[in-house]
This record gives sequence, C-alpha cells and structure tokens, in this order.
Amino acid sequence: MSALPIDPAARPEAGTTAPQPPAAAADATGAAGWRGFVADWSSDRQAFQVSWGKAMMWIFLLSDTFIFGSFLTGYMTVRMSTTVPWPNPSEVFALHVGATNVPLLLIAIMTFVLITSSGTMAMAVNCAYSRDKRNAARLMVITAAFGALFVGMQAFEWTKLIADGVRPWGNPWGAAQFGSSFFMITGFHGLHVSGGVVLLLLFARKLVRGDYDRKANYQIVEVVGLYWHFVDLVWVFIFAFFYLW
Amino acid sequence: MEAVHTPTPTTNSTQAPATADQGHQKHPIGLYLKIWLLLFVLSAFSYMVDYFQLQGLLRWSLIIIFMMLKAGLIVAIFMHMAWERMALICAILLPPLVLLVLVGLMASEGGYTHLMRVIFYR
Repeated sequence: MSALPIDPAARPEAGTTAPQPPAAAADATGAAGWRGFVADWSSDRQAFQVSWGKAMMWIFLLSDTFIFGSFLTGYMTVRMSTTVPWPNPSEVFALHVGATNVPLLLIAIMTFVLITSSGTMAMAVNCAYSRDKRNAARLMVITAAFGALFVGMQAFEWTKLIADGVRPWGNPWGAAQFGSSFFMITGFHGLHVSGGVVLLLLFARKLVRGDYDRKANYQIVEVVGLYWHFVDLVWVFIFAFFYLW
Repeated sequence: MEAVHTPTPTTNSTQAPATADQGHQKHPIGLYLKIWLLLFVLSAFSYMVDYFQLQGLLRWSLIIIFMMLKAGLIVAIFMHMAWERMALICAILLPPLVLLVLVGLMASEGGYTHLMRVIFYR
C-alpha cells in the first residue's frame, strides 16, 4: 500500500491549495522552448510537467511505435529482397461495385471511419475538459462504435482475402511474403483497435459512474484519447506503405 | 518501494503563468473540426493518388507528403503535442528517429539478398 496522504503540491493534478513556490523555481518552469528543456531536466526533480498517467501513456506509445516501426521495416525488407513480383494492392483490395472494380474502396472507407472516430475522440476530450462528462462519455461510446465498425470491416477484408486464397505462405498473384506481411501488420493493428474499443467503453462507464467526480479531474479521457489517436496514426503509415506503395 | 514524494515546489499549473495550460488541454472546438476536415481532405488526396494510378517518383513523393502531413496534424493537434513542453516533445519524438538507422540497414540488406537471389536462385 503506497497510497499515503501526500502533499498536494507534489501532485500536478491537485493544484488548488498548493503553497506558493519559491520565485526562482517558478521562473524555471515558466520558461518555454530550449530554456524550459534545460530547466525541466536539471536540478534532480520531476522532468515531465504532466500527470503520471499521461507521461506513462506517452512512453507506452513510444514503445508501440517501435513495434510497428519494426513490422513495417520487416515488410520493406521482404518486399525488397523478393525476386517474384509483389501483388498489386490496388487490384487485390478492389471491390466490385456494380459492373466495375473500384480500387482500394474498402480500405478508403476504413480510413475515413478511423479518421471520423479520431474526430469524435477529440470532441470527447474537449467535453471532458469542459466538465461535461455526459457528452464526453457519449462521444467515447460513439468513438468505440466507429472502432468496432472498423474492426468489422477488417474482418470482412480478411475473410475475402482468405477466400481468394491468400495465406501467410502464399497467394495466387505473386510474392509469398505478401500474405505474412499483410496478416501480421493489419492483424496487430486490428488488435490495437479492438483493445482501444474495450478501453473506451470501460472508461466511459467509469466516467458516467462518477469514479472521477471526487477530484473533478477528467484527464483520463485525454489519456485514453492519446491511445486512440495513436491507433489512427499507425493506420496512416500502414495505409501509405502497405496499401498505396 | 515506498513512495517518497519529494514535494517539488515547481509542479503546478496554477502558479506559473506560462504553464497555466499544462494539464488543461482545452482548445476551441473549431480547431478540432478544421483539423478533422483537413485529415479527410488529405486522405481523399492520397486515395486519389491510387485511383488515378499515378506512377513513379510523383506517386512516392505524394504518398509520403500526404502521410507526413496527416501524421503531423494528428500528433500536433489531436494528441496535443504542440502545446506540451519541450522536455516531453523531445523524449517522445526523437527516439523513433533511430528507426531510420534500422530502415537504412535493412534496405541495404534487402538489396543484397535480392542480388544474391537473382544470381543464384533465379
């Protein structure tokens, strides 16, 4: 048990009753840009002037960046080293609409769905900071619904490709590595979206239930939002490198 | 480990005027809507690159430009990086740059493997 009653001045989020700091220290935190950088890292004190929840979410996202970065680099390597032509994603992911084949249609719709969900998430964060927790929770649920829609479309895409004969070890159109890269990268991203949906619903419920009312601090919405925007961010890179390249 | 909270006198937003925004990332809703619209437009542009089957250098450069613009907008505005302090910005945005070293190494390795396959296994 480490939840000792601590000095409120040590907690960034509970700041109303904090005593006045020494003038010099206030100057140091006040400085922006590079002066602020030096001030934040010197003198053996808290380096990041944000709540621990936000700092840890950013550090988690940094580690996740390396996971997806490594996946995309691995994909680049196998695509560069194969002597068999790479299947054309524009044709592989085309959808029949009426009589014509529209290239990448499903992927384009998925992209728009994910961006829309990012927009609603940003609105949820905005509501949370206006202390409007009802609408914040409502927008989080809407965001989760868009996320679920995205995962559903991805499941449809996978089903279609598997029916077409794409396997991690081969496919009818060309380089065998296409399947393994595709399933690995989009699968891992889809897993992240699914996790995000669960996270959003969980914290929307906690918000409505009043878990954060005692301190009236709804920053958790922004922290969950960081994760969600990151999932959208990763899709931007997957869309560019896997589907468009 | 027992929590030893040294009462840092400098933590809070209420005291230093310049950091009054820290921890209260409240921005006008109009800004979010504009960025949202911009992301839609940029996505539509990158889709158009494929739809009109642009090829060659034009295709790669357009894909990369739209990708970087979208990523930048998401990180800066939606994830509020533009309003964070330099210490956090550097801690999060600089480390991924080492991935470029990995990309460089693997590009050279991939090219070499390709060459070997062309020579010996074609």
